[in-house]
Amino acid sequence: MFKIFKYSFYDLMRSRWSYVYFLFYFVLGFALLFLNNDVSKTIITLMNIIIVLTPLIGTIFGIMYLYDSKEFIELLLAQPLKRTTIFLGQYLGVAVSLSLSLILGLGIPFLIYGLLQSEAIFNFLLLLISGTFLTFIFVALSYIIGLKNENKIKGFGFAILLWLFLAVVYDGIFLILMIVFNEYPLDKFALIGILMNPIDLSRTLIILKLDISALLGYTGAVFQQFFGNTLGIFIAILVLLFWIIMPVWRIISVSQRKDF
Amino acid sequence: MVEIKTIYKKFGKLEVLKGLDLSINKGGIFVILGPNGSGKTTLIKCILGMVLPDKGDILINNKSILKEWHYRSKLNYMPQIANFPKNITVNELINMIKDIRSQPSCEANLIKLFELTPYLNKKLGTLSGGTKQKVNIVLSFMFNSDLIILDEPTTGLDPISLLSFKKLLFSEKENGKTILLTTHIMSLVEEIADEIVFLLDGKIYFKGTVTQLKEITFQDNLEQAIASILRKENINN
Repeated sequence: MFKIFKYSFYDLMRSRWSYVYFLFYFVLGFALLFLNNDVSKTIITLMNIIIVLTPLIGTIFGIMYLYDSKEFIELLLAQPLKRTTIFLGQYLGVAVSLSLSLILGLGIPFLIYGLLQSEAIFNFLLLLISGTFLTFIFVALSYIIGLKNENKIKGFGFAILLWLFLAVVYDGIFLILMIVFNEYPLDKFALIGILMNPIDLSRTLIILKLDISALLGYTGAVFQQFFGNTLGIFIAILVLLFWIIMPVWRIISVSQRKDF
Repeated sequence: MVEIKTIYKKFGKLEVLKGLDLSINKGGIFVILGPNGSGKTTLIKCILGMVLPDKGDILINNKSILKEWHYRSKLNYMPQIANFPKNITVNELINMIKDIRSQPSCEANLIKLFELTPYLNKKLGTLSGGTKQKVNIVLSFMFNSDLIILDEPTTGLDPISLLSFKKLLFSEKENGKTILLTTHIMSLVEEIADEIVFLLDGKIYFKGTVTQLKEITFQDNLEQAIASILRKENINN
């Protein structure tokens, strides 16, 4: 598996898009730091961008790379390799190289700005961890869609729809339900609703860690109670891990039954 | 060497292999013939484990290969259309496959035989169809394996390369290799085939030597013999 990972990783690292992605975060990090002049405020602004952008880029890159490497996969399938090795190796190559662009792209500006002297270092780390989790989750989801759809246009469409649903539509439905049923006790429902969507989960996690949960009102207090303590954060991370493991397990089972 | 036991394969509603049985002995050149869409490539891909049969079993050296992958280290495969990653060079590709298989290889002789030296540092996306096919040949012959499977290997080859290719086939046969190949070029079949397997409608229609096929169809030309089988089938249908 390491060999396949290595080749996919190098292949992506040589591609122009990895640099564009890295430079985007690099420039964004610097620009926001100098505009805000404050690490904590910059983290909040960045959170809003990362929470939407890492899933989008993960989805697009994941499915594009899978379709683009169709020939490479066919070549590998005739070699003495397990299918799991081929697909997990590639998946890790994409997810790790994207995460690296994110971590280095934002890490360098913040380190130069003086992150280490700032108190916000843990918040910043949480931001990077959430971004990395989201990248791994959405690359895996797009890989499943790519493996299940031979038709590129259809696969691409499904992948974008999935992102749109989890990043935008889900929140809309969630809000409508909260308004319609606001006479009932909704804390548990809201909590479960948030755990079910990795984007919402990461957002809530960061907001609560940044101590701006007062903005969230009454439900915020419930979340604070849940996420604020160690157990809450532990559960949140566990659910995010679960969000990676389930799709990866699905990649393995789908790839094992597929004809090439 | 290879034993195929009543395999079935359906793609959606299309039944490609309908209970195909075939056994191939060790050593020699076996040519798989059949009209377009008769299941030649599907059969080959089943042996490679790229297509999973719905029913039946495939044995190589008396071991089932379904859900197995180790056996592929003793097998070389050359795909029908040379699809390679476009943005790497010939050299990088060869080294990558060597690294993945980590077996001793003899690519230097093959590169010389097919005059590929000037292309070694060119990207695969820029190569012509014939040159890609030569790279394909190098990749599938550079490891020492008992079983070599070739899917339409002569597509796009110029006469000189074709001669080198035939020379290579015969020398591999001398070494006791089992070679399984598909082609549509009948003159090549008559020249190289030890045994032919004629696939029709997802089943084996005929298995034997070229002379036997000519005898049962009462034709003295292989092309005519094949055509007469196909015509007869069309009338029966």
